[in-house]
Amino acid sequence: MRFSYLVKEVSTGLRRNLTLSLAVIITVAVSLSLFGSALLINAQVNKMKDYWFDRVEVSIFLCGSISDSPNCIDGAISEEEKGQIRSDLQGMTDIVDTVFYESKEQALLRFKEQFKNSPIADTASAEQMPESFRVKLIDPTKFAVIEGAFGLRPGIEQVVDQRQTLQKLFDALGGLQKLAQAIAGVMILVTILLISNTMRVAAYNRRRETGIMRLVGASNFTIQLPFLLEAAVAAAIGSAVAVGALVASKIFLIDQTLAKTFTFTTFIGWEAIYSVIPIMLGAGVGLAVLAAGTTLRKYLKV
Amino acid sequence: MIRFDHVSKLHKGASRSALEDVCVDIERGEFVFLVGASGSGKSTFLRLLLREERPTAGTVWVAGKDLNKLTNWKVPALRRQIGCVFQDFRLLPNRTVAGNVAFALEVIGTPRDEIKEVVPNVLELVGLTGKEDSYPNEISGGEQQRVAIARAFVNRPSILIADEPTGNLDPETSIGIMKLLDRINKIGTTVVMATHDVAIVDQMRKRVIEIDTGHVVRDQSRGVYGMGA
Repeated sequence: MRFSYLVKEVSTGLRRNLTLSLAVIITVAVSLSLFGSALLINAQVNKMKDYWFDRVEVSIFLCGSISDSPNCIDGAISEEEKGQIRSDLQGMTDIVDTVFYESKEQALLRFKEQFKNSPIADTASAEQMPESFRVKLIDPTKFAVIEGAFGLRPGIEQVVDQRQTLQKLFDALGGLQKLAQAIAGVMILVTILLISNTMRVAAYNRRRETGIMRLVGASNFTIQLPFLLEAAVAAAIGSAVAVGALVASKIFLIDQTLAKTFTFTTFIGWEAIYSVIPIMLGAGVGLAVLAAGTTLRKYLKV
Repeated sequence: MIRFDHVSKLHKGASRSALEDVCVDIERGEFVFLVGASGSGKSTFLRLLLREERPTAGTVWVAGKDLNKLTNWKVPALRRQIGCVFQDFRLLPNRTVAGNVAFALEVIGTPRDEIKEVVPNVLELVGLTGKEDSYPNEISGGEQQRVAIARAFVNRPSILIADEPTGNLDPETSIGIMKLLDRINKIGTTVVMATHDVAIVDQMRKRVIEIDTGHVVRDQSRGVYGMGA
């Protein structure tokens, strides 16, 4: 009986306050979608960091016949100098992992691949491309050692740390992450306020029943439970909608659009979604119950 | 059963005490009228009994318990021993007569079988057999008050508090309600009734406690409403 009584109370409560219940469901759905998105963006950025920082190299660009950098006033690098650089790099076994030489022709191929949709690819020639050594470090932060050793050598145009370029990208992404988190935070605050207000209205609407319950000696728990369940049910529906939205964006946005367009990087897989879902459900229902409970404590006093 | 030991109550922001140094002893099974003008402190007296308020000074004892020392979570247990009836009946309009009475038991977790057995009995006691399935707006004021009394008494409390139970009823109907309260009292329930109804108090010849501006000015067994009448 207790159970059927509760089911009846909760369903009439939700129906009686249909507009407010809908408002709670929608707000929970929106704020949790943002919250879940923020978590997924985090996961995506971390995944990209792992992927990219694993692949970063230090590029040592060599002087060619058309280099106009002041380091290259002596003209193109000689084969002898090249050999010296290679053997020096290979000798630094404590910090250098692998060394790869990229010729002008290989550089052109890569360039054409990267800009295959642009007319610039058709006009490029191997002569315009720089030769380079691509050095992978055991510890990618040890760039300064390489730069110190090779930065001023004759025949070397420039030593570039890809990591720094990437760092700028990730700094920008970090800003976006923070923005997403801030918006999610604000929405969650709005949700808490709305739930608290909804509970106040619900408590007011049923003040007759709760007043009688108090007088005949119903426990606080019995009086508050229907309200708490009402908030929890609305929040659970909202959370489910948010989870649906996230699953849909994984299928339609990430898998079918982004992953097909941006083939050079990896995207989060289903395991990231699966790990976010319980957090969202828990946060949604937990927040609702907490917000409702705090409000009710005030409005349904013994 | 009920004992006020030098009880004072000063409401927040009020200039004078609602009750001041009130000492009252009510035995088990007594029938007590609480009389006095509006604002005299009758309602505060009843609210202190139910522990809806706490005294500023003094101690209220109900059924052997010091209400000052009662923790919040034990308040529901106290209220299960006290039935309450009001001037405005306070019935739930969307529940039938039987439903209203059953509600009081449902919310304290009484098993369904027991509710089915107890509700018809108490409706018979208050004389509402045959009206079980009517809704409050389909019955008269006197009958609504009987439903309220049935709801207050269905849990067999040891104390019944009635706050102007005849305030909205005509004299004839009031007599019926008083007979019912008297019968409940005879079963062994302590009844405390706040009222303005001179005729009823004079007729019943029960103990009368008169409160005036927060002070007990008269406590008389087999009393009447007006002083010296």
